[in-house]
Amino acid sequence: MIHHRIAPTASYADLSRRNFLVNSAVAGSGLVLSLMLPFGQGKAVGAEDFTPNAFIRIGADGEIVLTMPYVEMGQGTYTSIPTLIAEELEVELKQIRLEHAPPNEKLYANPLLGVQATGNSNAIRGAWRPLREAGATARIMLIAAAAKRWGVDVASCRAEDGRVIHTASGRQLRYGELAAGAAQMPVPNDVVLKRPEEFKLIGTPAKRLDAAGKVNGSAVYGIDARPPGVKIATLAQSPVFGGRLKSVDDAAARAVKGVRQIVRLDDAVAIVADHMGAAKKGLEALKIEWDEGPHAGLSTQDIAHELEQATLKAGTVAQNNGDADKAMANAETKVEANYQLPFLAHATMEPMNCTAHFRGGECEIWVGTQAIARVQAMVAKAAGLPVEKVIIHNHLIGGGFGRRLEADGAVRAVEIAKQVDGPVKVVWTREEDIQHDMYRPYWVDRIAAGLDKDGKPVAWSNRFAGSSVIARWLPPAFKDGLDPDTTEGAIDLVYALPNFHVEYVRVEPPGIPTAFWRSVGPSHNVFVTESFIDELAAAARQDAVAYRRALLDHNLRAKAVLDLAAEKADWGAPLPKGRGRGIALQYAFGSYLAQVAEVEVARDGSVRVHRVVCAMDCGTVVNPDTVQAQIQSGVMFGVTAALYGEITLKKGRIEQANFDTYQMLRINEAPAIDVHVVRSTEPPGGMGEAGTSGIVPAIANAVFAATGKRLRKMPIDAETLKA
Amino acid sequence: MAFDITINGTLRSIDVDGDTPLLWALRDVLGMTGTKFGCGMALCGACTVHLDGSAVRSCVTTIDSVGDSKITTIEAVGATAAGARIQKAWLQHEVAQCGYCQSGQIMSASALLAGNAHPTDADIDDAMSGNICRCGTYVRIREAIKLAAQSPAREG
Ligand code: FES
Ligand code: FES
Repeated sequence: MIHHRIAPTASYADLSRRNFLVNSAVAGSGLVLSLMLPFGQGKAVGAEDFTPNAFIRIGADGEIVLTMPYVEMGQGTYTSIPTLIAEELEVELKQIRLEHAPPNEKLYANPLLGVQATGNSNAIRGAWRPLREAGATARIMLIAAAAKRWGVDVASCRAEDGRVIHTASGRQLRYGELAAGAAQMPVPNDVVLKRPEEFKLIGTPAKRLDAAGKVNGSAVYGIDARPPGVKIATLAQSPVFGGRLKSVDDAAARAVKGVRQIVRLDDAVAIVADHMGAAKKGLEALKIEWDEGPHAGLSTQDIAHELEQATLKAGTVAQNNGDADKAMANAETKVEANYQLPFLAHATMEPMNCTAHFRGGECEIWVGTQAIARVQAMVAKAAGLPVEKVIIHNHLIGGGFGRRLEADGAVRAVEIAKQVDGPVKVVWTREEDIQHDMYRPYWVDRIAAGLDKDGKPVAWSNRFAGSSVIARWLPPAFKDGLDPDTTEGAIDLVYALPNFHVEYVRVEPPGIPTAFWRSVGPSHNVFVTESFIDELAAAARQDAVAYRRALLDHNLRAKAVLDLAAEKADWGAPLPKGRGRGIALQYAFGSYLAQVAEVEVARDGSVRVHRVVCAMDCGTVVNPDTVQAQIQSGVMFGVTAALYGEITLKKGRIEQANFDTYQMLRINEAPAIDVHVVRSTEPPGGMGEAGTSGIVPAIANAVFAATGKRLRKMPIDAETLKA
Repeated sequence: MAFDITINGTLRSIDVDGDTPLLWALRDVLGMTGTKFGCGMALCGACTVHLDGSAVRSCVTTIDSVGDSKITTIEAVGATAAGARIQKAWLQHEVAQCGYCQSGQIMSASALLAGNAHPTDADIDDAMSGNICRCGTYVRIREAIKLAAQSPAREG
């Protein structure tokens, strides 16, 4: 295969990494365009060289196949992404077939791409420009091929519905007929993209391409993998993180029908069986003794105390404008508060699982992952093999939310598979899934503001402490004590805050691993800042919307969503006793979002969220239906967190185990949700995570409106709200 | 000992301990993976199947309790009138996100609709509150059930 390196398009010099390659070597193979899609914070971290990870192939049969590295987790990526190409290529969405890029190709062995991953909000943001450029590039080359064939000027031809048409004569050729010829055409170096008003597909509701298999049971998730001869295993890991297996009496387990093997690891035991029923029964029959190790006495209170202490010491300055100390000293009123957010588990509906077949010289993996290259690298290490000897089959994901950016489940499966003859599917019980998750970090914030005589904030100072997930997950992105995720939502606030100072203190609590959780930073920071700005409004005896609005003269997109949410939620209209409305406004993941929650607090202190109104400006909307669905999804996730979400440690063990002790919102408790989207031609912002971060403070602020009680700690403790 | 049970109209023989939950017989012994595992304790509804038309949680239904009852799973619910209407409404409303809970949601919703042609919001709450959706598709689940209830039965 010969790849021609081409120059960056002149008009987008800043996008110099987004080149295309055309494979024209194999005659008759049609047109193959290679490109590089960014990851993470909108770019391929560390990848300065052109390393293609996505391919568009137009075959002689007219078939258009997009091979791409993003995975579908329920957020509609498999529908939105091809829309971008189809728009510029002038084909219908259904003409594009998606293939997930296999991880074991040479290109994925590139260590620079070891961070390849699909976070909830970044697929469309990263692909927005390169994929449209790729579609336009292919279209121009197809037109050029047709013009050459007909001996006419390219300007006299146009593309439409998968064909090139010579306008004057009405002659036409299908893309399939032109593909091979197009591959010989020069790659255009100036691609003009459609203007928003020319969009035919972008902005139009599209049916999800992955829906059918999800209503008839045929969709295959990682947990459904069944390579021939597969055995099923389940496991018990040391209940205290960092503990070791001391001894295990497996006599009773061995007697269980269907149990085949007991596998002992340093810090876990697994039962291998014919089916999960036998494996679980075997597990229950084991008598295990653990050496609980150094964290045997750990409790959540210890960690909270450590973090509180940390906020008393100086941290790394994340942002400083003006002189907050001086302005605070001169302020008319000073408002101070401490906030705390708990550890949270992901509780994806599909429990952790991974199937592994270790064959000595190579290892085959069946899993659903958001980070396929990471899994491959970590499996290789655990198996003691070079990465190219690790074969990974990726599957649909029964919920990601950040959990499946981690490779711990695959590593466990390999450790077990190394002792098993043949393939073994390791399925975690729900209890293991919750008690051996990697958790959204615990946070403590110490925040203060100074108000002038009109109640306007003249000083803002916030110091918060907690774990940096990025520092572990993507060390190069943690620089000088800071990372972009941990501080998102705490800095660059939408409001005009003249003297502003924010510090972060990194503390990695022992005995409990942390991870991304439908974002990390904003899910924490937006709760604190939006609760606190509400406190300031209350201290100034002003309406919560009017107070925010007065600080938004410089930020019209933010003001527009605030106004829209307030209007649609009937802000200010009277409510029955015990009810209240609360608002929250955020800029996060590249989108503006205002949310109004309407809650009812019962006499026993229980809180019900009746209605949520969202006003969103997420730039250009690729699929409006997906935006609606994603916001609804994010809101429910956040309501669950506000009402129930809490993971606690006692004697080093996670106290929650299943959906009785780690509760999820259910349909009978679900609020009505109205989503209003502001029309915009700005680049698309993320929405998969946005709904989650803002709803929690909106609920807390609504509880304050209903009861006068300020919630500075999540989840809501009904005891404190009893009438 | 082996148990002979009728699944989707076919008699199947399954050789497992009698206290084995039906869920694992379906998924691991018969390879019918449409029925999902979520909690194993009747808390989430992911494993819902029909036992003589009623929604039950297969993770706590032991194989020796099935007897002559007829089991219907997500793989065959489309062959029932209510199931077909529910599946169609699910597609029309684009309910599924990750989709993992949706087999169970559809089984619960089909059983509801089969027994109650015009479910109210309260009926929907009752029938569906045992099914957790971590992706929060509840708004659309409710809309889709109502849509299915309106669609003419003969279409299904
Ligand atoms: S797996 Fe049966 S109810 Fe959750
Ligand atoms: S669609 Fe993901 S859990 Fe329901």
